[in-house]
Amino acid sequence: MTTATAENGTTDIKSDLAAEFARFLKPGCIIADQETQKPYECDGLSMYCEMPLLVVLPETVEQVQQVLRLCHQRAVPVVARGAGTGLCAGAMPHSEGVLLSLAKFNRILDIDPLARTARLQPGVRNLAISEAAWPHGLYYGPDPSSQIACSIGGNVAENSGGVHCLKYGLTVHNLLQVEMITVEGERLVIGSEGLDSGGPDLLALITGSEGLLGVITEVTVKLLPMPEKAQVVMAAFDSVQTAGEAVSAVISRGIIPAGLEMMDKHAIVAAEAFVQAGYPTEAEALLLCEVDGTQEEVQEHIQQVSELFEGMGASIRVSHDDAERALLWKGRKSAFPAVGRISPDYYCMDGTIPRGQLAPVLLAMQEMSERHGLRVANVFHAGDGNLHPLILFDANVPGEFERAEAFGGEILELCVAVGGCITGEHGVGVEKIRQMAIQFRDEEIAQFHAIKAAFDPVGTLNPGKGIPVLKNCQEYRALKPDGMQPMAHVHGSTS
Amino acid sequence: MTDATQSLIEQVNSARAEQRHLRIVGGDSKAFMGRETTEGESLEVGRHNGIVSYEPVELVLTARAGTPLAEIEAALAEHHQMLAFEPPHFGGGATIGGTLACNQSGPARPWSGSVRDMVLGLRLINGRGEHLRFGGQVIKNVAGYDVSRLQAGALGTLGVITEVSLKVMPIPAVTLTLVQEMPADQAIAQMNRYSGLPKPLTGAFWLDGKLYLRLAGAESAVNGTAQQWGGERLEDADTLWQQLNNHQLDFFNTDRLLWRFSVNSAAPHWQPQQNWLLDWGGSQRWLSGDGDPAVMTEQAGAAGGQVSLFRGGDRQSEVSPALAPPLQKLHQRLKVAMDPDGIFNKGRLYGWM
Ligand SMILES: Cc1cc2nc3c(=O)[nH]c(=O)nc-3n(C[C@H](O)[C@H](O)[C@H](O)COP(=O)(O)OP(=O)(O)OC[C@H]3O[C@@H](n4cnc5c(N)ncnc54)[C@H](O)[C@@H]3O)c2cc1C
Ligand SMILES: Cc1cc2nc3c(=O)[nH]c(=O)nc-3n(C[C@H](O)[C@H](O)[C@H](O)COP(=O)(O)OP(=O)(O)OC[C@H]3O[C@@H](n4cnc5c(N)ncnc54)[C@H](O)[C@@H]3O)c2cc1C
Repeated sequence: MTTATAENGTTDIKSDLAAEFARFLKPGCIIADQETQKPYECDGLSMYCEMPLLVVLPETVEQVQQVLRLCHQRAVPVVARGAGTGLCAGAMPHSEGVLLSLAKFNRILDIDPLARTARLQPGVRNLAISEAAWPHGLYYGPDPSSQIACSIGGNVAENSGGVHCLKYGLTVHNLLQVEMITVEGERLVIGSEGLDSGGPDLLALITGSEGLLGVITEVTVKLLPMPEKAQVVMAAFDSVQTAGEAVSAVISRGIIPAGLEMMDKHAIVAAEAFVQAGYPTEAEALLLCEVDGTQEEVQEHIQQVSELFEGMGASIRVSHDDAERALLWKGRKSAFPAVGRISPDYYCMDGTIPRGQLAPVLLAMQEMSERHGLRVANVFHAGDGNLHPLILFDANVPGEFERAEAFGGEILELCVAVGGCITGEHGVGVEKIRQMAIQFRDEEIAQFHAIKAAFDPVGTLNPGKGIPVLKNCQEYRALKPDGMQPMAHVHGSTS
Repeated sequence: MTDATQSLIEQVNSARAEQRHLRIVGGDSKAFMGRETTEGESLEVGRHNGIVSYEPVELVLTARAGTPLAEIEAALAEHHQMLAFEPPHFGGGATIGGTLACNQSGPARPWSGSVRDMVLGLRLINGRGEHLRFGGQVIKNVAGYDVSRLQAGALGTLGVITEVSLKVMPIPAVTLTLVQEMPADQAIAQMNRYSGLPKPLTGAFWLDGKLYLRLAGAESAVNGTAQQWGGERLEDADTLWQQLNNHQLDFFNTDRLLWRFSVNSAAPHWQPQQNWLLDWGGSQRWLSGDGDPAVMTEQAGAAGGQVSLFRGGDRQSEVSPALAPPLQKLHQRLKVAMDPDGIFNKGRLYGWM
């Protein structure tokens, strides 16, 4: 096929589809021109980008069904998009497909204070749920650092976590019901207002499925009572090793902190320069340990944790009020942008490891850092062993992004080798698709494909993401691998 | 402690080759659950047992699927830890694989999570005789689809679970039970009100005019809450909660049918003249006695949930809630994806699967 016919073919499909969509979507809800499409070309991982044929922004569930039906009939790929804050290029458009934005589905449909539930459209922002629940003394548990922007639909698709998921669980633990449209345009209701509906747990299967199994159009979540009190202990250690041991020591005490986060020296210095939280910049490692519960409980646990940290040689600071607590957390929550200021670009990894492996893995990363000639800053969910190494690089220096990727790949291999996994909360998307083969064998990947085919027989929902194509599996070759975009598409990650 | 993986795989492979059906049996403590089926030779997972690894500091335990719950709980208790989902034992032999397959959790479920919530990963033999590993032994893992949790409630229709990794939790320092007298409708309101407060509630059920509330956690928090809430303190309450969990209370000890309603916890009480036990803070409601399944289904729907015939009655017919047609189609396709020749537990969950 020559380039000319390819382009003509694409143009025909594009104008055909646009005309079909125009029958039921308002003109402003179909974006066909490149300039207006530009903001949709990537998610939070902007190294990977692509232009879709069309962007559509339906306003009703029926319109979503119609879009999906039409695309299914024509075997046109569909990529769902929430707020586009994803970090694995999961929402990156398909060059021959439709990008389906859920941005117009931004209404909180119902808050039931007595039953402690919230019924939401998928585009509702994560933080907006808690804001609506606060007047009732309730909040929504999972709190990704991107919570001001990311959508609940995206959270379900990624099974997002946050700093409080050690105690309150991931998205999957906080869901009751999901309404989903299949690739064929059929509406499914999965789960109920009760707990543990019978039959195989489809709700869990959908959660974290990265938009590969269906388009989520409504979500019912559980709400939790606001704790009476929360207090944070900041502990500064002079070695990463001791800080890692302190994490295990807290858990061994039988205390489950609401959050237990760690930062290394690079991250401490960057965050302190950014928000002036009062972090000790001479420390090698910093722990933030939050305890919540009743007044009495918090007092008891804070004392135990403080004594434990001090006994291990840390200097500590305990928050006295909510303002101080918020300040101590602010440094942690803005650590990514803070690191963005000390380097032109950074590449965020998301591997998980057993807690006991923290210290050796951090040391091994230091060694890799020297070998690859790239700095690495560490900010992570220490309590649940979820690392976020930020590899610092400059995309304008030829070869640096490739080196950063190689470094990142090595970190993920190490995570798997010590009993962990390649992604704790950011998902696989396009980015980690090659590392899937480190964690899974061909039979397991083939089982994933079979499950995918049960939902999406033709394979047009978010193709090329999440599950790698098996080399020796001819039937899946039809899907375009899309593993990497040519380097011409790569630009900086902090822009 | 034996590793029977190889012989389990061989049995699956030969059943597949000879187009025979297999009935997966764990401890056979829950034979009453699901539909009554006699098809197929039994595949005994009970002989594949033993704790594979347990790291108290990691809060993670991995055991072969045939390991009895009692063995797991004893190992945990040595380190002052527990299965926070309080699985029922139903007579003693229940295994961890069967517990996950049935998605069975006890009184703490609304506050501490279910067995499905605590699963971190598993190994399973699919219908192609492949021994696969999903998830892992770490708290967070979003690589690939969550095939581990998918098994919860599948009653073994999607594969033979051979190994389960679970998150375990510390045993609370102090536990205390309060009893308050009130009718069912008030109890529902009270349970929901209490659940909305930041207090260490880990159990709430109502039976025969009495609301039982269990508090567990740091001593100061438990005592403080008990004082605020009031009610009579019940001595030796552990036995009561165990009897509730294992269906040993008189309420369950009848020859009558047992219906399980899983509904919105705050749904108003209905048919108060009937024989009810309201558990899980109002979201799991047991009804003992005869009833018209169609009427029951309508009532469950009005309460935002579902009903299943948990025990007794006609178990040749469907006992699980009917599925909407698109959902049924999806279940059938998923079954084919995991067990293409349909060898596992034919008709156990639904007559059509
Ligand atoms: C600064 C920063 C900090 C972050 N911190 C965290 C963190 O602490 N924890 C964490 O878990 N993540 C974090 N993330 C990642 C990201 O915010 C989450 O993955 C989030 O859930 C994505 O939501 P979104 O609405 O932006 O989804 P998008 O990026 O738009 O999409 C993500 C994926 O979900 C799919 N999708 C979106 N909506 C739907 C739908 N309605 N139906 C079906 N599929 C859909 C897309 O196809 C895509 O595969 C962070 C990101 C940034 C930029
Ligand atoms: C005294 C007594 C009273 C009982 N009362 C009740 C009752 O009131 N209500 C009730 O519902 N049940 C009751 N049961 C039985 C009960 O049938 C449950 O099946 C039981 O909890 C499951 O645990 P198990 O290991 O015994 O599993 P089993 O009973 O052996 O199996 C339960 C289900 O899980 C599947 N399964 C088991 N192991 C695996 C595995 N490794 N991989 C995949 N699938 C697997 C089986 O195929 C089956 O579908 C009772 C049992 C006894 C002994």
